[in-house]
Parts: sequence; structure tokens; C-alpha cells
Amino acid sequence: MIHNATASPAKWRLKQPSIIPGFGLTLGFSLAYLSLIILIPVAGLLWRTAGLGWSGFFAVLTDRRTLDALYISFGTAFVAALVNVVFGTVVAWVLTRYNFPGRRLIDAIVDLPFALPTAVAGIALAALYAPNGWVGSLFMPFRIAFTPLGIVVALVFIGLPFVVRTVQPVMEELDREVEEAAATLGANRFQTISKVILPGLTPAILTGFALAFARGVGEYGSVIFIAGNIPYVSEIAPLLIVIRLEEFNYAGATAIATIMLIISFVMLFIINLIQAWNRRRYGNV
Amino acid sequence: MEVTISNIRKEFERFPALNDVSLKIASGELIALLGPSGSGKTTLLRLIAGLDFPTSGKIFFGDQDASHHSVQDRNVGFVFQHYALFRHMTVAENIGFGLKVRPAGSRPPKAEIRRRVSDLLEMVQLGGLDKRYPNQLSGGQRQRVALARAMAIEPRILLLDEPFGALDAKVRKELRRWLREFHDRTGHTTVFVTHDQEEALELADRVVVMSQGKIEQVGSADDVYDRPGSPFVFSFIGESSQLPVEVKDGTMLFQGQPIGISEPGDGAGELFFRPEDVTLVDAPDALFGKVTACRRLAGTRIAEIDIANDGHAPYHVEVEVPLHAPIELGSEARFRPTRWKVFRN
Repeated sequence: MIHNATASPAKWRLKQPSIIPGFGLTLGFSLAYLSLIILIPVAGLLWRTAGLGWSGFFAVLTDRRTLDALYISFGTAFVAALVNVVFGTVVAWVLTRYNFPGRRLIDAIVDLPFALPTAVAGIALAALYAPNGWVGSLFMPFRIAFTPLGIVVALVFIGLPFVVRTVQPVMEELDREVEEAAATLGANRFQTISKVILPGLTPAILTGFALAFARGVGEYGSVIFIAGNIPYVSEIAPLLIVIRLEEFNYAGATAIATIMLIISFVMLFIINLIQAWNRRRYGNV
Repeated sequence: MEVTISNIRKEFERFPALNDVSLKIASGELIALLGPSGSGKTTLLRLIAGLDFPTSGKIFFGDQDASHHSVQDRNVGFVFQHYALFRHMTVAENIGFGLKVRPAGSRPPKAEIRRRVSDLLEMVQLGGLDKRYPNQLSGGQRQRVALARAMAIEPRILLLDEPFGALDAKVRKELRRWLREFHDRTGHTTVFVTHDQEEALELADRVVVMSQGKIEQVGSADDVYDRPGSPFVFSFIGESSQLPVEVKDGTMLFQGQPIGISEPGDGAGELFFRPEDVTLVDAPDALFGKVTACRRLAGTRIAEIDIANDGHAPYHVEVEVPLHAPIELGSEARFRPTRWKVFRN
């Protein structure tokens, strides 16, 4: 990666002379593509929301049901991403550090949540974790499916590959000499992992967290089957948007979407800031 | 700390990387392990450190058998070829790491760690850089941080793996001299691995020449250069030429002809000599061949001579000749070794 430390911000130019041709073409394509796929739909969203006016927007925002749905969506996505950070890192560790029969199979299984239709995953998980399901019955009378905990289970499933696949390559690149250096300095295994290995993985783990979190916030298909969808209790914001749409309350739907968009954007932006700060300190990790 | 390596054997998946190696390192000595890649020198260094364990044999630190001590218990300072600094820690945190991870009972108080770190920084001439991160330092500075970090734990022995391998030539030369001074000042028993013979000969008290998992020769720079103990050492250290000869009645014969030098003990063998130990002669009993190239090398001239070998590829010999010597490309040169060694087949 090129560290652009020498570019002076004062003399900003659109096109740096470069021996690699195609800047105009590729930038033009990128802008057109991003506009069609992302910017125009998002603009449309904001425009429809604007139709509500400030008072209408605040009415939607302060509605108890909206607030609870947002709280559940972001809360469960956050918890699920945290769970994935722990388990995803462990899975990545096992896959990179040990060689055992079936390693390649497990490596392939990690990607399944990417490929499986989310509704299938939701139905399978709901059947498994329902009060009469294989796993769910073990925990009775404590209920997993049809509660926010069920949502977390679904989002953990959906988000796992994001953490594994972002941490794994960085873990493979880790210098074994650094661990050996820690050992020669007297650090035991626990100290080596907590003080030397994990800090080196932090940027990758943070990226994996951000991806899993973002995916979890937007997840719809798997969650609605396991959540129970009880308003104020286990109703996620994307579902509430669909409900508003079915009521032909388009402005209400876009308002919730706009709020989700803003919160997600702010959170991802903060994570990116942390990453940039990390990079500045340690170089390109 | 005196280190004794006794009959060490190390196999990697049945392949012997070290084969029955024994070595005694005196306290305070600066030792170089020198050899081509694959000679087992780094393996030996890692075994001393405890980063690997021998298949058989023992390693003693003083009188104590350390063979089965873990790397943490051995208390060795190890400097890695690529420094292996902790990039998320500042220079000061890197150096203090070994003290900070000690169990609560033997861990020095924070102020003491800080003081030791700043002393070490001064010692490696990096005072004022304590708050930098490794990626903000040059290669030579990183190397010295790695050294300070290894010294912080007050190691019983200091081990360096290709310490100057990744540096450019000028920095390498400076650091080499600096390391020698550093060693003389601190008096630590030090072992370093290198494939650069110049580095080994200049820096070390004793050089351990290794090849194919075995120690070929142990000795001072003068020993291994002037009195090589094996054909490998003769050809590996410095420049040399090699010719098959036969000794008959005390006279050395090459291709059945006397070459004007005598050697006790009859039989066939390999004649080794260095380019500088050759004199041009004008006599029938000498080595002779065609001059194929001539190049100026600092204060002397090197002539490359091909000696005919009927039907086979000619023997290629390099000799040092005086600048004014009448050597012409394509002409015939006659010469005799003045110092040589014959290794019997």
C-alpha cells in the first residue's frame, strides 16, 4: 500500500501525472457506477424522507416502536459482532496455526453463511433453537428463539465469515520471529498472545467487526424467522420498514431507513477513524 | 557464562540438520558461526537459545544442563535477523518488554524499568528516540533497538542471527565495529551467525566454520585463513585454486610432470593455494596455462589462467601477479605456488 505522506493538501489537483494510464476512464467509471448503484438510491431515500418535514421526521424518530426497533437492530448486531470477534478470531487461529485432518473442510464451511440463502439459515436456526428444537429444548425454560437472543444467534451465523476472512490473512502474515522474540524475553504464552499477537491483529479484527456489524444491522431474511417479530420486543428496524411499506406509509419507511443510514454511517466512520489512527502510529499494518 | 555444546544432533523430519556437533564457548568470548546456507549454523544458534530442542545431545550453561530448559528459563538475549520488533510498541516499550512480563515477584518497579530503558537507549546511542515506533526508524536503528531489548533482561549469553544481513554495506561496516566495541565494553558471551566471512573474520575472537551440519574448523581468523583444516575451509574462506596432484619421492607431480615444489609423503591428493601465494617463474618444472583474462584489483592484478586438461574442460586457476608483470592475454604463463596445502584423497 502506498503511504501518501508527501502529497501536499494545499495544492490539490484532480489528476496527478502518472505513468499508469487510465485515470480518467477508471474514475469516470467508478463515479458512474457508484452513482447508479449507491448514490442515486440513497439520494432518493433522503428526498422521500424530506417530504415528511422536520416535525414529521421527529415524530417517526421519537415513536416508541421505531426507537425499540432501532435499539434491537443495533443492539443485537453489536452483540453478535462482538461474539463473532471472539469466535471468528479463534476459528481463524485454528485454521492458520494448526494442521489437522478436515482443516480444508472447516475452511470451506466458514464461507457457507455467504452462500446459503438467508431465509434457509433463519428457518434452520429457528427449528433448532425453538423451545421444542434440538438445542432450544436443552435450554428450557430459558427461550432462545423468538427473543432478541434468537436474533443474536442468527446474526452470529451471518457475520462469522466476515471476521474469519479478514483476520485469517493477517494472521498468516504474522511473523513467527516476533513470537519467538517475546519468548526469549521471558514472556509466557498468555503474555505473548495478549501483548504481542492480539495488538497486531487489532486492525483486522476491527475491520471484521465493522463488516459483521454492518451486515447484522441490515440483515433481514434470516432474522425474521427466528425473531418472533413481537413489536417493542423482538422487532428489527428492517422489518418495521417493510411493515410501513405494506401500510403504504412510504415516508415513514424512508424516515426509519434514513435514521439507520445515519447511525450506521457514523459508526463505520468512527471505526475508520480508529483504523486510520492505528495506521498512522504503526505504519501500514 | 560458559556454554558447552556436547554431541548435539538435530533432525528435521529425519533429515539431519546438525550431526554430532560439539563446541565449547568460553565466558566473554565473541564467536562467529560461519557457513553457507543450509550448513546448520542458525539451527545451532536456535538450539542454544532453546527455540528448538536437540534430537540428542546436551547443552550446558556453565555446569548446569540446560538442554530441557524452556526458552523463557534460559534467559538468553536473541537478536533476530529481521529484528522482530513489536511494531505496536514504542522503542521504550519494546526495550522494557522483557522486564514488564516478569512475574510480580521479580519485576522491577516502574521507575526502575524506565531508568534501565533510558540507560540502554544511551548505551546503543539512541537517546531521545524512546517514543518512536519501529517503523519510524532506519534499519540500523532498529537493529540497535533489538539489541537493547535483548540486553534489557540481563541475558546470560547474547545470540545474534545474521545481525547485519538486512543492512546496506556502509551501515553494516559501522555497526560491525560498533558491536565489537559494545562487546568489549559489556563483556557478554556472544555468538553470532553469519554467511559473510569478512564479517566473521573481522569481528570474532574465534570462528566456527560449518558445513552440512558439521563443524569443519574452529579457530581464530588467522587459523582458519592461514591454516585451513579441510578442503571445504580452504575453498570457503578467501579465494583459492585447486588442482589434482600426485606426490612421488617427495616431488609434486601435476599431470605426471614435476611442478617444482616438494611435499613429504607419497600419494594422490588435491593441491590448494591462494592467488596471492603464487610466483611467476621461467623454468620448465612449473604449472603453466593460457591467460584468459586479466583484471585490476585495487593494488594488484589478477590473472585467470586455464590449464589444459587433455580432452576435458581446462582447470581454471586465479593468480595474483605484480602490476608490471609481462602478462598478456592469450600468452602462456608459468608459475609455482609459494604456500600451499595438499589434502590427501
